[in-house]
Amino acid sequence: MTVSGATMSEPILEIRGLAKNYGPVVALRSADVMVRAGEQHGIMGANGAGKSTLVKILTGVVRPDAGTISVRGQVRAIRSPTEARRAGLATVYQESSLIPDLTLEQNFRLTRTPLPAVRRWLDELGLHGVDARIAARDLPLATLRVLDLARALAADPQILILDEMTAALPADLTETVFRMLGQWRESGRSLVFISHRLADISAICDGVTVLRDGATAGVVEPVRGREDQIVALMLGTVSRPVGAAVSSTEGPHEGSQAAVLEARGLRAGAALRDVSLEVRRGEVLGVAALEGQGQQELFDCLAGVRHPDGGEILVEGRVRSFRDPQDAIRQGVVLIPADRAQALLRLRSVQENVALPMVNRPSRWGLINVAREGRQVLQAIRRLEIDTRAQSEVRRMSGGNQQKVTIARWLASGFKTLLCFDPTRGIDIGTKRQIYGLVRELAASGAAVLIFTSELSEIQLVCDRVIVVFDGSVVGEMSAGVADEATLLRTAHGLAAERGSAFTGAVS
Amino acid sequence: MTSSGATVAGPPPVSLTRHLIARNGWTISVYVLLGLLFFFTFAVNPRFSAYDLRSLALGALPAALAAVAEAAVVFAAGIDLSVGALISVSNVLAASLMVNADFSHSLGLAAFVLAALTVAGLINGLIIIVSRVPDIVVTLAMSFVWSGVALMILSQPGGGAPPEFLALATGTFMTPWVPNALILLVVMVAIVWLPIRSRPIGLSIFATGSDPQAAMRSGVNVVRARLSAYALCGFFSGAAGLALTMNTGAGDPLSGGFFTLTAIATIVLGGVSLTGGRGGMLGPLAAAYILALISSDLIFLGVSPSYGQVIQGTIMVLVVMAGGLAALRRSAK
Repeated sequence: MTVSGATMSEPILEIRGLAKNYGPVVALRSADVMVRAGEQHGIMGANGAGKSTLVKILTGVVRPDAGTISVRGQVRAIRSPTEARRAGLATVYQESSLIPDLTLEQNFRLTRTPLPAVRRWLDELGLHGVDARIAARDLPLATLRVLDLARALAADPQILILDEMTAALPADLTETVFRMLGQWRESGRSLVFISHRLADISAICDGVTVLRDGATAGVVEPVRGREDQIVALMLGTVSRPVGAAVSSTEGPHEGSQAAVLEARGLRAGAALRDVSLEVRRGEVLGVAALEGQGQQELFDCLAGVRHPDGGEILVEGRVRSFRDPQDAIRQGVVLIPADRAQALLRLRSVQENVALPMVNRPSRWGLINVAREGRQVLQAIRRLEIDTRAQSEVRRMSGGNQQKVTIARWLASGFKTLLCFDPTRGIDIGTKRQIYGLVRELAASGAAVLIFTSELSEIQLVCDRVIVVFDGSVVGEMSAGVADEATLLRTAHGLAAERGSAFTGAVS
Repeated sequence: MTSSGATVAGPPPVSLTRHLIARNGWTISVYVLLGLLFFFTFAVNPRFSAYDLRSLALGALPAALAAVAEAAVVFAAGIDLSVGALISVSNVLAASLMVNADFSHSLGLAAFVLAALTVAGLINGLIIIVSRVPDIVVTLAMSFVWSGVALMILSQPGGGAPPEFLALATGTFMTPWVPNALILLVVMVAIVWLPIRSRPIGLSIFATGSDPQAAMRSGVNVVRARLSAYALCGFFSGAAGLALTMNTGAGDPLSGGFFTLTAIATIVLGGVSLTGGRGGMLGPLAAAYILALISSDLIFLGVSPSYGQVIQGTIMVLVVMAGGLAALRRSAK
């Protein structure tokens, strides 16, 4: 794989100073990307670095606030997916974009893609004899991904964008795809490859643009074995932690306590392959993972939202099967989701929201004891220092205060294990600190806490121990003391695992 | 390039015929049910005549067209609760315009009524798109508006249409056993719906209902697809109103009322998914005949109309439940 040939050729895609705000939230500050004809270019970045916003702009789903996109030296305004295709860009997304209820033939007609061209690419990709009269809904996921790719290629784009496309592909199929893309570039076509997998990136890319905090942090040439360079760019200067919310001296009671919640070989869908863990009384166990590595499925299974395809869940040493969240709650396992809207009745008052699990207990009949309920609710609200000025409707409160209400509800009704899925997403630093302090306090009073946070730098602030999940499996476990951001990021990219290197060895 | 050793997941190991049967299973079942019901009808009423068939077809015609109107919107994952009111508007508009018209004139007026109702449907769609208020709320509100419009056109039952115009639906073709109402239904659906469904605009209606995100990524103009669905709904509501005029020979501003819920019941029975994207027009057409046949059989058997309603509702629940169980078993496999 020589880079010299690529560097000689002209730039085919040039992105300059691309910026996008969602209200006060800056998603993209200033992204610059340059891709040459025939180049296979990677884009990487930690969670929230702006990758997905960049893709949305390139595909015409979102319009930028500033910056330009030039294709072959011409500035193009991309206002819709159709215009993106006209500009010579075709995208394969993380999820299939085939319409489930239409047949394949209808799907190709919808995008005006000629069937013979799709067939030719399907043959190249080793998928023969698919009947176009079958509905997309009735095909397995891996087949759909290959069809997505074949359809994108059949549109004969100048630039193909693969957005985490390989995430749902089996390894041998990924290999086939890479081999074919290598041939495709010979005709001077370019590839933009967005991925979390460093191994994949270094296997096929000539250059990598690293995004950090919504801006381009640097462009590097990926050399196998030197992926640390990319990780360093993703991290930038090691940021100061939010503030020492917890003194690390009040450490865990290691080994002394029995596991309250335990998972053995948990499997669910394609994302969660094999996760075992145990959370002990008084312990905060962190889960570190990049986007979409199976953590959502893990928490869904543990909270009873979803039924696992395999493995078992044990509560205080006994195997339990949760049919629904109510089962989990009855066992004392409660969930704080990232999206407050999922947990709260946004139009009802703080009191009602906090009291909901108490009132809703399945064993409970008859009238609600308003006085007792009120006392418990008030205690919880005071303890969490919830700002109750806007208490008549929860939706009028700030995100941080809303999240406190979801915690208060479990505080008032009692629990043994707290599952926190990215509890501080979109919450200001001050409230973040309060929430972490509260989580520590809950653990100190005997609760077991499992917490996933998308901000790796915060793991050390709140956890005693951390497991790293990559590609649906646990790839590392360490005590919080050594789990600094760089270590976590390396492990979360699958760098420490042997399977990564074995895998890249197969593609060349 | 040869795909050396790559185990790409190939097509599923089911034969295409089995796949097509599974996919169209509901429609096939609905037609089997209709056949059985005819069999039953002949069994209990050996004197079932061409005249009975003609009144059956005549009675089913507006209901079937109303179902087609509703289905067009439901395919795009919308719902229209103003279908009944639109039918009233069409009915009174036709009856008041045609009262003194001759036959050729009445055909032109029918075309005008269809155009007007298409615009009415488009207005429903535009309000939904612009206001971003859910379909169900907007069309419920609009049902009152369109009912009011119907009363403004004709405050009480009246009007009329030339006999030749009525004969378009009330007559028979070649033999007494082929009612015009059936031909009219098939022709209307064939010349309006079939061309649309096989063109990109029809595909985009289904795509929007099936998965709006994927549809947008496939380059579908989702707004245009939804507007087209509502325009189509207006058009077929107009046709249903004309059919009602042919059947009764007059206009009644309250005539359309109950067609909204019957239309929804009919399409559900006909295998259209209320969540959008799934189903076709063939199922609802048969379902409209099934419902008409059940009520006429019940009347023949002397069942009191109040029990008749209960029985009709029970049959519908049972059929939909059976369909749901079948789908559940298939997905569990």
